[in-house]
Amino acid sequence: MQPLLPEPSTRLSQQPVPRSVIFRERLIEAGLFFAAISSILITLGILGILLYESSDFFRNVSLGEFLTSTVWTPTFENPQFGILPLVAGTLVTTVVALLVALPVGTIVAVYLSEYAPFALREILKPMLELLSAVPTVVYGYFALLFVTPLLRQFLPGLEQFNMLSAGIIMGIMIIPYVSSLSEDAMRAVPMLLREGSYALGANRFTTAFRVVYPAALSGIGAAYILGISRAVGETMIVAIAAGGQPKFTLNPTEGAATITGYIVAVCQGDVEHGSTAYQAIFAAGLLLFVVTLLFNLAGYWLRKRFREAY
Amino acid sequence: MPQTVAPTATAPAVESLKAQAIDLNFWYGSKHALKGINLSFPENKVTALIGPSGCGKSTLLRCFNRMHDLYPGNRYQGQLLLQPSGCNIIAPTTDPVEMRMRISMVFQKPNPFPKSIFENVAFGLRLRGISKPAVLRERVEEALRFAALWDETKDRLHQSAYNLSGGQQQRLCIARALASEPEIVLFDEPTSALDPMATSRIEDLIYSLRNRVTILLVTHNMQQAARVSDYTAFMYLGELIEVNETAKMFHMPTQRLTEEYISGHFG
Repeated sequence: MQPLLPEPSTRLSQQPVPRSVIFRERLIEAGLFFAAISSILITLGILGILLYESSDFFRNVSLGEFLTSTVWTPTFENPQFGILPLVAGTLVTTVVALLVALPVGTIVAVYLSEYAPFALREILKPMLELLSAVPTVVYGYFALLFVTPLLRQFLPGLEQFNMLSAGIIMGIMIIPYVSSLSEDAMRAVPMLLREGSYALGANRFTTAFRVVYPAALSGIGAAYILGISRAVGETMIVAIAAGGQPKFTLNPTEGAATITGYIVAVCQGDVEHGSTAYQAIFAAGLLLFVVTLLFNLAGYWLRKRFREAY
Repeated sequence: MPQTVAPTATAPAVESLKAQAIDLNFWYGSKHALKGINLSFPENKVTALIGPSGCGKSTLLRCFNRMHDLYPGNRYQGQLLLQPSGCNIIAPTTDPVEMRMRISMVFQKPNPFPKSIFENVAFGLRLRGISKPAVLRERVEEALRFAALWDETKDRLHQSAYNLSGGQQQRLCIARALASEPEIVLFDEPTSALDPMATSRIEDLIYSLRNRVTILLVTHNMQQAARVSDYTAFMYLGELIEVNETAKMFHMPTQRLTEEYISGHFG
């Protein structure tokens, strides 16, 4: 009997798929899966080691002392393990860096996205990104040997090692992280929104700050979070320019040590392997991990909260 | 918004003109997009611009608020006079910002700002230096009422404009355009992104705004032009082919090209 409908021109093959093909597909899939999951495994591995090593530390030092004591003297005869001085050092240098990087980075992004002619932007943007390619150890000595003497002319009370110049230089290093991502987010805002603003009689400044900036806020927020994480985790600049003396102070003209600064100092070798002072770097690392994790979660929340819906 | 003019029994014998294009040319770089347009726009009437894609109807519309100034390489020539003052909109000495303050625009796709419903409508008012909360509230309500959106939004003025449907967003954009009491409102295919129900509401709205404000409407949809406009101009390849009262235009066009277009032979 003739079929009522013509045979479809494309149809599934009746032949079974060869085993070799199935095996190859599985292999590719497994390879991709492993690549996708590797970063999670590495993160979990780091977290596991931090937890394991710091568990020894917390057997000797109570969590209460760790989080509330204001003295950090792990190598002294009678050691004290209060993380607060390191937290304060990290906080002050981060805040100083952000006071430089967020406003300047935002203004640069607005200029590049809304004002700069095409040719100029193509030159300026890569040059700006060079700022983050300078090795941080160079920045550290630049802060110590150039910025600090310069600042001392205005601030005679400034110590040789201080958090102010470390923070300022760290902020300059972070500017491209903030400006580059913010500019991408602002340029992704559709032209139609800008036209709507101009058509109502707005000028460029109003359009940039009252329409484009809020429309790009989720991307800009992500750029800010990245900048904050970068500042919290920065090591060399603060280790060089802010000294390394753990001191519980919020005064940026004084020197202090940061969490990362302490970790790098211990790694340079004075501390005996297995001692409580050695284990303390894992506790400090764990704290740092938690802080950056919180910032990343905040960034994730921000992206979801202000998702672009043009 | 000009005060509501009740439909008077004694219409003026001679219609006054709101705008006039005199030998208007426009280039996108080297592309000659408008070729010697001569066209008058009567005051407080709806003039529809129709024609196939690329005929220059949106280009002509965007001359009125100098939108072309936002992009490099564009060039105007000729005159586009805003009456009664006779100021040439496209003259290099004319401030585009002032023109945009007086002539507002509704775009092809709804483009509310990432702000609340209230702040969207208040945006143009704030630009004009109005900041007293009571005045803002009054003007925003008035504009939303004109755009037939007040009843749907009065209880959620401070919610994001993105929570509105597409049709509501477009009516919000119309309210935003009306709030600053413009002399002319430009509609650039305002319903092309909307479903038939929302389209019909926008058409009713445009129809209800006649006699209050001069309207220019660019549309792909000839039925829309026939339904809402008083005058229709047909453009083709950058030239104005024919302009007439809408009823006459659709019943007995004088040009063969117009007849072929409105009967669906091309376009």
